[in-house]
Amino acid sequence: MYIAIVIVALVAVTLILHFASPWWLTPLASNWSAIDTTIEISFWITGFVFVAVNLFLAWTVWRFRHNKNRRSHYEPENKKLEIWLTGLTSVGIIAMLTPGLITWANIVHVPDDALEIEAIGQQWQWTYRFPGEDGVLGAANARFVSNENRFGLDPSDPNSADDILVEHHRLHLPLDQPIKLVLRSNDVLHNFAVPQFRVKMDLVPGTQTYQWFTPTREGTFDVLCEELCGLAHYTMKGQVQVEPEEEFRNWLATYPTFSEVQSDSAVDLAVGETQYQTCAGCHNADGSGNEALNAPNLTRLDSRYMARQMRHYREGIRGTEREDEPGQLMVSIAQSTNVDTEPDLLAYIESLDDVDTAGTLTGDISNGQRLYGACAACHGSAAEGKVLLSAPALAGQSDLYLKRQLEHFSMGWRGKHPQDQFGTQMRLMTRTIHSPERLRDLLAYISTL
Amino acid sequence: MTHIAVADQEPELHHPRTFIGKYIWSQDHKVIAIQYGCTAIFVGLIALVLSVVMRLQLGFPDQFDFINPNMYLQFVTMHGMIMVVYMLTALLLGGFGNYLIPLMVGTRDMIFPYLNMLSFWFYFLSVLVLLASFFVPGGPTGAGWTLYPPQSILEGTPGSGLGIVLMLVSLAIFIIAFTMGGLNYVTTILQARTRGMTLMRMPLTIWGIFTATILGLFAFPALLVSAIMMLFDGLLGTSFFMPAIVSLGEATDFEGGSPILFQHLFWFFGHPEVYIVALPAFGMVSDVLSIHARKNIFGYRMMVWAIVIIGGLSFVVWAHHMYVSGMNPYFGFFFATTTLIIAVPTAIKVYNWVLTLWQGNIHLTVPMLFAIGFIFTFTHGGLSGLFLGNVVIDMPLSDTFFVVAHFHMVMGVSPILVLYSAIYHWFPLVTGKQLNTRLGMIHFWGTFLGTYAIFLPMHYIGFLGVPRRYYALGDTSFIPDSAHALNANMTIAVIIVALFQLVFIFNLFWTMKREPKSKINPWGAASLEWHTPEVPPGHGNWGKELPTVHRWAYDYSVPGVVQDYIPQHVPDSDVVYESGFDPSTSKREPT
Repeated sequence: MYIAIVIVALVAVTLILHFASPWWLTPLASNWSAIDTTIEISFWITGFVFVAVNLFLAWTVWRFRHNKNRRSHYEPENKKLEIWLTGLTSVGIIAMLTPGLITWANIVHVPDDALEIEAIGQQWQWTYRFPGEDGVLGAANARFVSNENRFGLDPSDPNSADDILVEHHRLHLPLDQPIKLVLRSNDVLHNFAVPQFRVKMDLVPGTQTYQWFTPTREGTFDVLCEELCGLAHYTMKGQVQVEPEEEFRNWLATYPTFSEVQSDSAVDLAVGETQYQTCAGCHNADGSGNEALNAPNLTRLDSRYMARQMRHYREGIRGTEREDEPGQLMVSIAQSTNVDTEPDLLAYIESLDDVDTAGTLTGDISNGQRLYGACAACHGSAAEGKVLLSAPALAGQSDLYLKRQLEHFSMGWRGKHPQDQFGTQMRLMTRTIHSPERLRDLLAYISTL
Repeated sequence: MTHIAVADQEPELHHPRTFIGKYIWSQDHKVIAIQYGCTAIFVGLIALVLSVVMRLQLGFPDQFDFINPNMYLQFVTMHGMIMVVYMLTALLLGGFGNYLIPLMVGTRDMIFPYLNMLSFWFYFLSVLVLLASFFVPGGPTGAGWTLYPPQSILEGTPGSGLGIVLMLVSLAIFIIAFTMGGLNYVTTILQARTRGMTLMRMPLTIWGIFTATILGLFAFPALLVSAIMMLFDGLLGTSFFMPAIVSLGEATDFEGGSPILFQHLFWFFGHPEVYIVALPAFGMVSDVLSIHARKNIFGYRMMVWAIVIIGGLSFVVWAHHMYVSGMNPYFGFFFATTTLIIAVPTAIKVYNWVLTLWQGNIHLTVPMLFAIGFIFTFTHGGLSGLFLGNVVIDMPLSDTFFVVAHFHMVMGVSPILVLYSAIYHWFPLVTGKQLNTRLGMIHFWGTFLGTYAIFLPMHYIGFLGVPRRYYALGDTSFIPDSAHALNANMTIAVIIVALFQLVFIFNLFWTMKREPKSKINPWGAASLEWHTPEVPPGHGNWGKELPTVHRWAYDYSVPGVVQDYIPQHVPDSDVVYESGFDPSTSKREPT
C-alpha cells in the first residue's frame, strides 16, 4: 500500500524540486535561445508523461491491491489501445524532435560574417589565436610545436605571419558579433564549454572542430574543459570576457603577431647584466638566491616564467598580501623595472650557470615521491620544469622558498587572482597536500632531484 | 521446429562425481550460474565501495587526504567499468541467463556444458586481471570507463602504463568469456527448447536474454578490436588512434591515427551494451509483474516485438554519445532521429507493464515492490534520455552531471532494482528458501528512496552546468554554494544506500542459515522453471522425461479455471474448470 502513496509523494517532490529549484540553466549569454526553448518543450512533454504514467501506476497499485475475493481480469491484448498509445507517443516524440532538428540545422551552418578565432587546448591550459589582417588562420600542426613555437604554427605558411597569438587563458570577444570558434588540440582530447553560451565541442588532436555562437551579453564567463584530459583536467579553466567592439579591439592590439614573436630574439646581455645589479643584492651575483633574505634561486628558471611573475607583481596579481613581505618588496621592484629592457634582464638571468641550493627539510622521501606523482606531469619527473606547459623548474630551488610558496597557494595569498591561470591551478593542486607533514615529505623528495 | 533429440539426451557424460567436479569445474548450468552470480556480486560490492569514496571527495572536497586526483579518476573509471561490464552484464547474462534458460525452455543443460564452464573461468580470470591492476605501479587506469585515447595511453593520465594494459587485456578475456557463454545461450534457446515451446510461448525473460545475447555477440567484437588496436598503439607504437601529437611538452612518434575512430568503435559496442543490460531486465521484470499481479502480461506479442525492435535499433544510435565529439555534425540529424524513435517501443513497454497491473490482483511482495520501483525509476531515466538524445539539448548537457544522473537512473538503478527483484523472486527456486521478507522490505525502501535522493537532484546540478569527472570544482562564477551543499547531501544519500545493501548481504546469509524451507513454487508461477521434479532442480533438471509445453507462460486468472494459474506443461485435458463453465467460450492464448 505504501508504495502507491510513496509514488504519489515522489511525483510531488519531483515537481516541487523542479519548480522551486535554485539550480537551473545559467542565464543565457548567446544567441542560442532556441536550445532553451527546445528544453522547455521537452520538459512539458516528458513532465506530462512522467506525472501521468506514475500517477496512473500509483492508482493502479492502490485500486487493484490484493483482495482474496477478487480475480484478475483476463485480457491478453487490446490492439486498439496499443495502437492509440503508440500513436500518441509518436506525436510527442515528433513534437520534441522537430524543434531540435531545426535548431541543429542552424548550429551546423556558420553564418558568413562570423569572426573566425581559434581556441587551442593543451594539458591543462587554454590559448587563442586570431587570424590577423588577412583574415585567414595560418596552417598549424603539432609537429611544429617547440618552446619557441608553442602554438605549432607552420612557419612556411604566409598566412601564419600576421596571426595574433593570445597566450593567456582569458579570451575577449566583441558583443553581438557571430563567432566561429575553431578548435584545435596539440595533445589530447579537450572540450571547450561555456555554460552560458550553451554550445560545446570537443577538441580533437589531428583534426579541427568548431562551434559558433553570438555573444549577446557583456560579462566574464568561465571556460571549462569538459572532456576528461588527464589528472589535472579539473584545473583546466579559462575565461571569456564579452565587451563592446572598441574595447575588444584595444585588447587585441596588445597581443603580438606570430612574426613578431618569432623575431623577438634580439636581446642585449650586457644591458641585462647592468640591470641585474639591482637584483644581485638579494638574489646574489650568481643568481643562486639567499634564503636569509627570502630570495629564491633564479638560475634554473626560464625567462617565460620570470616574465610572467614580473608582470603579475607589476599588475597586482602576485605579492598583494600585506603580510607577504618578500612579495611586497618584489612588487615595488617590478614596478621600478624598465619594461623595455626586461627581456635583456631575463635573458641574462637565464644565461647564468645553474646553481643548486641544498635541501634543508627532512621528511619521508618515499611518501614524498608518491605525492610528487601529481606534480611530475607538468614540472617533469626530474622537476626540471617545462616551458611548454608553463611549469617552472623546482629542482635546485631552495626548499624553504618552495614551502613558503606552497603555503601561499593554499592560503590564497598567491593564485587567487582570476587573471593568474597557473596560480589558480596550483591552488587547486596544493589542496591535495593536506598536512604540513606531507608538505615536508614532498619537499624532501624534490630536494633529492 | 525444436530439436527434441538434443534436448532429450540424458547428460551422462558430465555427471559430476567429485566435490571439485560438482562445485568448481562444474558443467552444470545452475552451478555455473551461481559461480557467475557470486563473482559478479563480489565485484559489484567493490565498485560500490569505490563509488562511496568518489562521492566522499565530491561531497566533501579537501576533507579526505587519502583521495588525490589520480585516485579519484581511477575510482571513477573502475566503478563505471566494473558496474557495467563485470557486474551487470555478468550477473544478468552469466548469472540469470545461465540459470534460467535451460529451465525456462525445458532442457537439461546448455548445449555446450564444457564451453559454459570455460566461459565462467575466463570471466573469473578477467576479474583477476582487472583487480590486479589495483596493485601494479601507477595503479589502474583513470581514463574514464570510456578509455578514450590519446590520453588513456599517455603520461599525465593515471594508470597510463600497466593500468590501461591490464584493463584492455581483462576486457579481451571478458569478451572471450562472453562469446563462449553467448553462443551457448543462443544455441540452446534456438535448438534445445522442449516439445511445444514455440518461440512465441517463451517467457519474456528468455526473449530479453536471447536478444541481449545476440546484441552482445555483435557488439563486443567492436570493443575487442578497439582494445587490441589500443594495446598495439600503447605497446608497439602503432598509430590506429594516435595522430601527430605533443605529450606533456614532448614530441611523440605517432602520426596519422584518429581518436574519433576509437569513439565510433567504442560506442558501437557501448550503446548496444546499454540494451544488453536493459533487455534481460525488461524481460525479468515483465515476468515478475505478471506473476505477482496474478495477471497475464499485457500485449505479449507487442512486448516481444518491442524487445526485438529495440535490439535492432540499438545498433544505429551509437553516435548519440558523440554529438560533441567533433565528428561530422551532419550525423547529428540521423542519430537524433533514430534515438528518439527508439523511445516509442520503449514507451510501449512501460505502458504494457502498467497495464499488466491494471485490473490485476497485486501482491505487494518484495519482488513486486522492486518491480514497481523499477517502473518509476525507468520512466524517469527513459524520459531524461529524450533530452540527451535530442542533439541540440545534448549540447549544453553533455559531459555534465545530467548525463551521470540520466544513465544511473536508466542503466544503474533500474536494472539493479530488477536484479534485486529477480533475486528475491527466484531465490526459493535456487536455494529452496525464501529470503526474509522483513529484511527485504527494509532493503527495498532504503534502496529505492535512497537512490532517488541521489540522482533526482543530480539532474539539476547538471542543468546548472556542473561538469562530470572533476576532482574538485574550484572557483567558478556560476556554481552557487547551495550546489556544493546539495553535493554533500547526495554523498550522504550514497552512504545510506550503501549501508542498506549490507542489509541485503546479511539477508542472504541469514536466510541460508535460519529460514525454514519454503513452499515449492511459492509465488504460483506458471512458467516451466518452477515445475521441476526436485526443488532446487537436480542435475539434468527434469528427471526421466522432459516436460511438454501446452501454452504460453502467462495463463493467470483464466476465467472459469479453478486454480488461478495454469502451468505451461499441464495439458488442456487436465485443466480443472468450475462446474457449469464451458471451456470452449474462453478465449485463452493469443498465440
